[in-house]
Amino acid sequence: MSSPTGGVVKKEKVSVPFDYNKYLRPNKLPHIWCPGCGHGIVLKAMLRAIHNAGLNKDNVCVISGIGCSSRTPGYVDFNTLHTLHGRALSFATGVKFANPKLKVIVVTGDGDALAIGGNHFIHTCRRNIDLTVLVFTNATYGMTGGQYSPTTPIGSQATTSRYGNIEPPFDACEMAKASGASFVARGTAYHTLELEKTIQEALEHKGTSVVDIIDACPTYFGRMNKFKGASQMMEEIEKDKTVSVKQVDKLPPEKVQGKMLRGVLHKVDRPEYCEQYETLVMEKAKAK
Amino acid sequence: MGNAAEKKLPRIEINARLCKGCSICVDFCPTNVLEMRGTTAAVKDLAACTRCQLCDLRCPDFAIQVFD
Ligand SMILES: Cc1ncc(C[n+]2csc(CCOP(=O)(O)OP(=O)(O)O)c2C)c(N)n1
Ligand code: SF4
Ligand code: SF4
Ligand code: SF4
Ligand SMILES: [Mg+2]
Repeated sequence: MSSPTGGVVKKEKVSVPFDYNKYLRPNKLPHIWCPGCGHGIVLKAMLRAIHNAGLNKDNVCVISGIGCSSRTPGYVDFNTLHTLHGRALSFATGVKFANPKLKVIVVTGDGDALAIGGNHFIHTCRRNIDLTVLVFTNATYGMTGGQYSPTTPIGSQATTSRYGNIEPPFDACEMAKASGASFVARGTAYHTLELEKTIQEALEHKGTSVVDIIDACPTYFGRMNKFKGASQMMEEIEKDKTVSVKQVDKLPPEKVQGKMLRGVLHKVDRPEYCEQYETLVMEKAKAK
Repeated sequence: MGNAAEKKLPRIEINARLCKGCSICVDFCPTNVLEMRGTTAAVKDLAACTRCQLCDLRCPDFAIQVFD
């Protein structure tokens, strides 16, 4: 398969491999994810981004809900919380509000974030609380055996759509932007270096930062939709069905149609929730 | 021995305990360095390795790393 650069122009060669063990609980490996599951690729990009952002491990808190993707906190050596299905953002809001100095990262599946947790998702974005939200979008409920999720494309097979899915999917980025998130981006596991940079930019932004990350569930979505394996899914979904925002203007319309945009899609300065609250408290205290 | 024109070869470490045999590293290596042996990735042509790190970057299982 052709993929020399992973979609990222990289001129100089990297010759020292990244020391993942520094950020892992190595005795917890191998992780539970199936062979070829994209969640492991995304986890690695997240660790490199945290490293590149220069964050102190003790100041990072990684919080998840329930799902295969939500198993991430069990493997990483930060402050971690594995919470309730759909409620990662609520726990994260509490942690951040109690200690605004923490860098709080939410790791959530497309089902966790957009189905059962959809309400928390839109209101988190509306508040613009300083959280980095990484949505692992594999277009299925992996953990419970491959039911369709809010991001499953029309026509796809799932255990709950044996004649093809008829529900139009959500675009997590459009939803985040419309709800008020001040940083919205998309990446894929295939474009792993680009993803690493996008996550770093999300970490460095103040406000609700949402990164929708397209990755593969070869076991359920893959098998049910006749993919031979993870590599084919990465090639045909993550590579062929996405286009970088940086290239979109230079491409003819037929090369862009039906493709999802990658890269930073929306970035604005907007008052952050914890800071707004702090300002209010100080004003009221002074007035007394 | 010691031919000055001979290139220094990289060292590719594959952790058989962690490798789950997904073949992502094999499928995407631009210079066909790797192959599957049973359910584990293995080095087939070390001299062809450009140290691009793509195998490590895309391995979901922390199972392969390339040292200069
Ligand atoms: C309240 C509640 N409802 C339903 C479930 C069952 N459940 C567990 S994980 C999951 C979906 C996970 O899908 P997603 O968040 O996309 O994660 P993935 O496994 O695909 O990474 C569901 C429905 C649950 N654990 N709790
Ligand atoms: S079921 Fe799917 S999402 Fe879950 S670990 Fe396996 S491949 Fe990954
Ligand atoms: S570093 Fe690059 S060339 Fe060498 S084995 Fe890995 S993918 Fe192939
Ligand atoms: S990508 Fe990793 S887990 Fe998959 S075959 Fe290669 S070394 Fe093994
Ligand atoms: Mg999912």
